[in-house]
Amino acid sequence: MHIPDGFLDGKTAIAAAVLSGTGISVAVRSAQKRLPRRKIPLMGVAAAFVFAAQMLNFPVAAGSSGHLMGSVLSAVLLGPAAGVIVMTSVLLVQALVFADGGLLALGANIFNMAIVGCGAGYGIYALLRRILPGDRGMLAAAGFASWCAIVLAAVCAAGELAWSGTAPWGAAFPAMATVHMLIGVGEALITMLVLGAIALTRHEVLENGNEKTPGAELVVLGLALALGLALFVSPFVSGWPDGLEKAAASLGFDMKAARAFPTPLADYAVPGFSSPAAATAVAGAAGTLLAFGLSFVIARLILPSSRT
Amino acid sequence: MRHDFLDRYSRLASPIHRLPAGLKLCAALAVMSATIAFPISSLWFFLAVAAFLAIALAVSGIPFPFVLKRLLLFEPFVVGIGLLSLFQAEGMRVFLTLMTKSTLCLLSVIILSNTTPFALLLNVLRRIHVPTLLVTVLALMYRYIFLLIDEAERMGRARKSRTFSGKRRGRWRQAATVVGQLFVRSTERAERIFAAMTARGWQ
Repeated sequence: MHIPDGFLDGKTAIAAAVLSGTGISVAVRSAQKRLPRRKIPLMGVAAAFVFAAQMLNFPVAAGSSGHLMGSVLSAVLLGPAAGVIVMTSVLLVQALVFADGGLLALGANIFNMAIVGCGAGYGIYALLRRILPGDRGMLAAAGFASWCAIVLAAVCAAGELAWSGTAPWGAAFPAMATVHMLIGVGEALITMLVLGAIALTRHEVLENGNEKTPGAELVVLGLALALGLALFVSPFVSGWPDGLEKAAASLGFDMKAARAFPTPLADYAVPGFSSPAAATAVAGAAGTLLAFGLSFVIARLILPSSRT
Repeated sequence: MRHDFLDRYSRLASPIHRLPAGLKLCAALAVMSATIAFPISSLWFFLAVAAFLAIALAVSGIPFPFVLKRLLLFEPFVVGIGLLSLFQAEGMRVFLTLMTKSTLCLLSVIILSNTTPFALLLNVLRRIHVPTLLVTVLALMYRYIFLLIDEAERMGRARKSRTFSGKRRGRWRQAATVVGQLFVRSTERAERIFAAMTARGWQ
């Protein structure tokens, strides 16, 4: 999901950089105030851990493999503020040293994967934890939250691409959302398996994540998130039928060109357009419910007996 | 594992390697911003950028096959996202524009990261008042990446040498156990690091 350089225009890159800068400074301030000093080395090593964990391959099918993103995993293991700092460091090193993800697009990538991934992901996790006690509850909440984090981050990326005029929203949104609804299942499964393994062997390590986040900072973080989502996504959603019609028209336009040189994604995006907005919304809601149910079943499978 | 596998050629001794890190970072950002801002119709500009990067590459002495390998490693992602741009009027033109621009940007970052040691880039970040906490975390992270990757490889090797049946069913669980164990070891390592840092007077 790392957006490379060249895909975002100036206004999008700057807006995203300002938003993620705000998010990072809130996270740093919160960590400085609340985290004990002995946790600082842990954050550094945990960032290296996320980097190393992202390099481990999980075999999918036919020789292909996926890997972890780790936003919700690090937020659950270390707490939301430390999670944001850890993911920011991972993305920064990937962009600056590895050339994975753009340098000018770094603000957008940090916004999608660190701020939205950890912030929104942890918000969903914390909310679900209130009604889901015990280790199984923790696994189910973390699984569903990491699925949501992947999908939300992908939707933000689609919004940023559309806002830059790089890809039309009508194509970018369904393509990114559907693909990442599948990728999210893998992310959720890995996150749950990892947390389950830690819960079974070294339960006390999970206590690192029990950081109390007070209201004010959560509100600021929430505001930054909402502003970002409003900025990137709402221009398209508010004019949804309009935008979709326009996209369909331009796609129809492109379909004529597609006969000249067929594109591999062409037949993939068309079903979404033959049945408009309502179908997309229904499919999204159904997918979300399915992921929610699935995370309970998997939590039950990973942890054999109920533990509290 | 070589501990400098990330920016392997950042410690060569070419004129470009000797330039101050802040200057190189600014230059790279300027080149990339200009590349993104210019319309594709001004072909001369992109040729000039390509020539500039080629000269920088030649002077820096980074082996060409290595740069090509890095480019090919990330080009699939660029193409993958670029495909989304095909769904619009004049999609092919936008697609080719994006490919040109992002390949030039990718090349700039590869040259930057392989002519500048990460520690010097961190100094630049510290000078422009990036929070100390973040810089500390970054420095520690860079220091321990290769150690943890080594550790993960050791654990993977240990598991492989003990599991004789290659059943597909349990493989995700096994890989996840390795990741979980890696985190447990990371926390223990972090505690030792903290003790060592405090013992040496870290404030």
